[in-house]
Amino acid sequence: MNLTIFLLALFDGISYAALVFIVALGLTLIFGVMRILNIAHGSLYAIGAYATVSLTGFFLALGFAPVFAFPLMLVSAVLVGVLLGGPIEWLLLRRIYDKPEVLQLLVTFAVFMILEDVQRLVWGTQPYFQASALQALGNVTVFGVTYTVYQLILLPMVAIGLLLGLRFFLRHTVIGKLILATTEDREAAQSIGIDAERVFLFTFTVGAVLAGLGGALASPTTSILPGMGADMIVLSFAVVATAGLGQIGGAAVAALMIGLGRSFAVYVWPEVAVLVPYLIMVLVLLVRPEGLFGSPVARKI
Amino acid sequence: MKNLLTSSALCMALPMAAWAADKPETLKIGMTTFLTGSASVFGVPARDAMDIFVENRNAEGGINGVPIEVTYIDEGAGAEALTSEFRRMADSGGAEVMLAAISSGNCQTLAPLAEDLKVPNLMWDCGTQRIFEEADYEYVFRPQGNATSEMLAAVAYLLKTHPDFETIAVVNQDYAWGRDSWEIFHTALEVMKPDVEVVGEFFPKFGSPDFSTEISRLQALRPDVVLSTSWGGDLDTFVQQAFQRGLMNTSTFVLPLAESSLERLGNALPAGHIIGARGDHYFLHPERREDEDFTSFMAQYKEATGGIPVYSVFHASQAFAALTAAYEKAIADNDVDWPSEEQLLAALDGLEFQGLGRKLHLREDHQGVESQLMGTSVQTGEYPFATLENIMIFDGEGLLPPVGEESTAWIRTLDAGFVDSLSVETYEN
Repeated sequence: MNLTIFLLALFDGISYAALVFIVALGLTLIFGVMRILNIAHGSLYAIGAYATVSLTGFFLALGFAPVFAFPLMLVSAVLVGVLLGGPIEWLLLRRIYDKPEVLQLLVTFAVFMILEDVQRLVWGTQPYFQASALQALGNVTVFGVTYTVYQLILLPMVAIGLLLGLRFFLRHTVIGKLILATTEDREAAQSIGIDAERVFLFTFTVGAVLAGLGGALASPTTSILPGMGADMIVLSFAVVATAGLGQIGGAAVAALMIGLGRSFAVYVWPEVAVLVPYLIMVLVLLVRPEGLFGSPVARKI
Repeated sequence: MKNLLTSSALCMALPMAAWAADKPETLKIGMTTFLTGSASVFGVPARDAMDIFVENRNAEGGINGVPIEVTYIDEGAGAEALTSEFRRMADSGGAEVMLAAISSGNCQTLAPLAEDLKVPNLMWDCGTQRIFEEADYEYVFRPQGNATSEMLAAVAYLLKTHPDFETIAVVNQDYAWGRDSWEIFHTALEVMKPDVEVVGEFFPKFGSPDFSTEISRLQALRPDVVLSTSWGGDLDTFVQQAFQRGLMNTSTFVLPLAESSLERLGNALPAGHIIGARGDHYFLHPERREDEDFTSFMAQYKEATGGIPVYSVFHASQAFAALTAAYEKAIADNDVDWPSEEQLLAALDGLEFQGLGRKLHLREDHQGVESQLMGTSVQTGEYPFATLENIMIFDGEGLLPPVGEESTAWIRTLDAGFVDSLSVETYEN
């Protein structure tokens, strides 16, 4: 393997990792704070993608410029968070925080199944493709290989921005500190007057927005079709488990490992590319059952 | 004692079976199709089309006055639900004929089951060539071609239009069809153009949302030809991503199933790439587009769905045509009001019928002989998506191994002269 091929695989791995990380970020944030593994995250991702495609299609048909697709991604993500994430926490999850984990898992799984059918009901079964945002940014050629600016530059930048932004938010803002305190010890936080319910609602909504944003950002690169959410939840769960549940920085590292592992596999041994994320997860969990960055006792975000 | 009674009763009933049956109130048909899952890109259009065929036929009085009633079974529900629904339809549901299936895996499960249940089954859309090559069936027929004829037509068209290409890479879905179709294609290339070098073989997982890495790899490899037998969302994503990154300017793509993605791909499928249709299936079929039955169906379909029909619609039309032709023939041959199962099976043997494409017939191994249409993509501006030019329609007969022979073994006996031995009609568009 020469240097060029090494670099090409690196680029592919990074842009893939960026997208997976954005989705995994919401999943791990919700788990870190609320200790709930939200399977419905996959549906929120898919609905974020569908919403972006529909909104973009609608506004472009009205004659707006393709660049307009970018704000629409944000709009879709926020809509997903507010219209779906909020109500899910408020109506369902709030009632089951004290229940066994299996029940929590089943409830979010049920929400996932319901939302899968809702997608089918609203958007049907035919694949959609809406690449205006990606085409608006053009291409860049590296070592004779053409990449889209969107995938090679924009996605990694958004991922890094979200990672740094979320860290800053949690450590240096009042709301962030309230979230950290609630995560550390819910009862103690409530005893000093923190409204844990509002913290949970807020956290879940932010997590859902991140899922929707992941879908929105993925939408120009891939076909939007039923089942895309299931694939993504499995992959982002692999990332989150490899990192250690609730570990935000760890998720970034794990996403990179999985993304790079997969892209190098395509160059070196394409037959195993599908297996690589899970091989990495298994290897890590065999050595460190709590994940790369997880601590066996207290979970922190 | 009870056994003895039953068998004597059966023995008495057996000779009766050869006689005509009573005319039923309705002719019940069970059709398996994908209503959910990624293959619903084929299943839903086929169901919509079948509804139209049945409605039209019933408006003309059905078959000998008997209206047709189709019940759909979702293949997307999983193999277990599918087999139990199939069994129920054929057993207690009163279905006289079953149409199954789209998925090759489902055909392989349901063909032996149909044989066990003694219900005539038309394998209306699945591609695997293995079924009739590995076993003999009395009740199972295929009113369409198979993977062998489809892949050989793609190879032949490629060799006719790009005789000088030197390197090829493949990007197929990682499941039976992706692997099998590449085996046929590759074997054929080896005997017909042995100097071609295979520079890359990629089998990304079924339903993969991202082919970026494969595309980078292909751009570094620069193969003359990129083959992909993918379909549905996978094909759309692959072509879109390849188009976005300029790969389609440097390599010629061979996409034997892309007729079913033309409308969705829009302007992302540039001119100059090879498109197949799993048979002579094309909404502008050069030999059929002026025909009244063809144009009136296109109008009806457009009105019902808003789109253009894809190959699964043509396959559904062939299955429906085979079904009605078999009943008519059985009724006429035996001069009865309604045929018995035996008479129906006899009529299906060697049956000739015509759906929306060219005429087809069933061989003695029950395999259908279907012409294969291949073309090159072109963006004329007349439609908001690519259409075909330099269309070739290959006669199906030469593309199938002789009855009783296994495809790969037969292909190994062919040579470079095969392409010229095929009977083909060429059309500008």
